[in-house]
Amino acid sequence: MLWETVKLALKAIFRNALRSFLTVLGVVIGVAAVIAMVTVGQGSSDQVTSDVEKLGTNILMISPGQARMGPGSSNAASKPFEMKDVDRIAEEIALVETAAPMGSSSATVVYGNENYRTQITATDSRYLMATDWPLIAGRNFNAAEEKAGRAVCIMGETVRLELFGSGDPVGQKIRIGAISCEVIGLLEPKGASTFGQDQDDVVMLPMRLFQRRIAGNRDVGMIYVAVRDGASTDAAKAEIDSLLREIRRISPGEDDDFNVRDMKQIASMLTGINDVLTGMLSAVAAVSLLVGGIGIMNIMLVSVTERTREIGIRLAVGAQARQVMMQFLVEAVVLSLLGGVLGILLGLGLAAFASNLMSIPFAPDPTVVLMAFAFSAVVGVIFGYFPARAAARMDPIEALRHQ
Amino acid sequence: MAEDEDMPLIRMRGITRVYGKGEAEVRALDGLDLDIRRGEFVAIMGPSGSGKSTAMNVIGCLDRPTGGSYHFNGVEIARLSHDQRALLRRNFLGFVFQGYNLLPRTTALDNVELPLIYKGLPPEERIARARQALQQVGLEGREHHDPSQLSGGQQQRVAMARALAGSPEVILADEPTGNLDTRRSVEIMQLLTGLRQENPDLTIVMVTHEDDMAAYADRLIWMVDGKIARDGRPGKAA
Ligand SMILES: Nc1ncnc2c1ncn2[C@@H]1O[C@H](COP(=O)(O)OP(=O)(O)OP(=O)(O)O)[C@@H](O)[C@H]1O
Ligand SMILES: [Mg+2]
Repeated sequence: MLWETVKLALKAIFRNALRSFLTVLGVVIGVAAVIAMVTVGQGSSDQVTSDVEKLGTNILMISPGQARMGPGSSNAASKPFEMKDVDRIAEEIALVETAAPMGSSSATVVYGNENYRTQITATDSRYLMATDWPLIAGRNFNAAEEKAGRAVCIMGETVRLELFGSGDPVGQKIRIGAISCEVIGLLEPKGASTFGQDQDDVVMLPMRLFQRRIAGNRDVGMIYVAVRDGASTDAAKAEIDSLLREIRRISPGEDDDFNVRDMKQIASMLTGINDVLTGMLSAVAAVSLLVGGIGIMNIMLVSVTERTREIGIRLAVGAQARQVMMQFLVEAVVLSLLGGVLGILLGLGLAAFASNLMSIPFAPDPTVVLMAFAFSAVVGVIFGYFPARAAARMDPIEALRHQ
Repeated sequence: MAEDEDMPLIRMRGITRVYGKGEAEVRALDGLDLDIRRGEFVAIMGPSGSGKSTAMNVIGCLDRPTGGSYHFNGVEIARLSHDQRALLRRNFLGFVFQGYNLLPRTTALDNVELPLIYKGLPPEERIARARQALQQVGLEGREHHDPSQLSGGQQQRVAMARALAGSPEVILADEPTGNLDTRRSVEIMQLLTGLRQENPDLTIVMVTHEDDMAAYADRLIWMVDGKIARDGRPGKAA
């Protein structure tokens, strides 16, 4: 009997195919939007995770400020690091392969008539070694330059293109703010990072030079640490933590005024942001599903009125209220399920297209697809209920006399 | 239900059916007393507006009278719920409407199958019985036409087939030959008398304007102003 009712519903739906399609358009769009959002969101989460893993699971970043302050928000009250903190981490902790200071700023760099605003990274030779970032020309900083804070720099490909075009920058002098600086190396191009940032848009300076001539202090903003291969990052973190507590004289029971993050944490933080965004967008999309449901209710109500005589005929030949109710309810559910299926297909199509454009993995989630399917059935039941009840409550003779 | 030996299949007492209120009040049935026994073939005649269709709707449990009592098969209809009356229509009655009342955009076969669906018959049996009913009314070959592709007379015969298909105990036919030529009308009457020969318990109530058709019935009721004016054998009545 149910199958009969479904067949009947399909007949009624396709008898008026265009109107049926317009009716479910709201559901189609709602479901498609939810599916596309969630799928693209999942894809970009996967991408972030795999990119961060590529950066290395053995990398730690130490920054001043308390952990709960979140990334980049260095607490003004907490003491910055000093160069000797970096050296002590590198030397005293056996699990640490190498540690490098990191400072950053931005500045306009000038060569001849060309000038270009770029990112300044202050560090030392250990950074390029720890990151395995090769130079395609010139050389890394040497110890003497680092110690004296000599005016030398290494530049990224983007900066070279801006200032030198296709020319060779090594040995040339450029100006960085007030500093006249010799280019000693050119970095191999890396392209955009996970976060869409151009990693080649950078000029690297020795830390000491940066402190003296740009920052005007002896602070080290962040410490970059590479843990030895095979060593546990958690163990290294614990040792760094106790060393820094000792250096910074934090008494037991007091919270750290710095934090040590590994890439896993950074990845989960980034995917967390991503998930919140996906959730919010999906919620907006879900509202359009609701609107779609109201569209179905509207058309079902119109349909019940239009088909009053049909209902009268069915009642006259012996249909019970429940059966008439079932007929219209099934029709509403079948209609919105059709909308749901169209929406799922459209949503997956859009997601595949967008993933391709954004070069992130296409990550359809069967659970979400099933949920969208179930949800559209529920929309059909909820918004089909009142029209169906209206149909079932008709008096046969009045229904037959209609129009 | 303690059924009285003499209780007829249909017993109506003082049935009224009033439409509208005050000035606009119309008493379509005005104290109708009517007994019909199982197996009778009754023709109802009367001027237009005399309440024939209204009476048929009440007999067919489609409409509820404003007053009076109506027992069908010993059961007081007023006491039945909506759904119980639906079951009664489904299991005992076959109705041919004056205006046919076929489902639009639905084939003749599907129209005839409709009551069988609600009877819960399996599809093969439904189709077989619907085809047979269409054949009985002379519509073989038209199974897949929908009402807009059929003439008025053909639509009327589809309505007749729909009423027959469920093998009801009572056939209520409101002007079943109103749109048919004499030859077709005679065929329908022969079909009805044939069905009664097969099943002597089959009860038929038919509204007609034609004496020739009324002549097939055993009894003729003449209605005027919502009441029975004459009740007797056909032929003499007219
Ligand atoms: N729904 C209604 N509302 C108001 N008056 C009605 C309604 N239905 C029927 N009537 C009135 O009731 C009276 C009886 O109508 P009915 O249809 O029973 O007549 P009838 O004998 O079948 O006529 P005909 O031979 O033309 O079919 C008429 O006066 C009609 O106007
Ligand atoms: Mg009439």
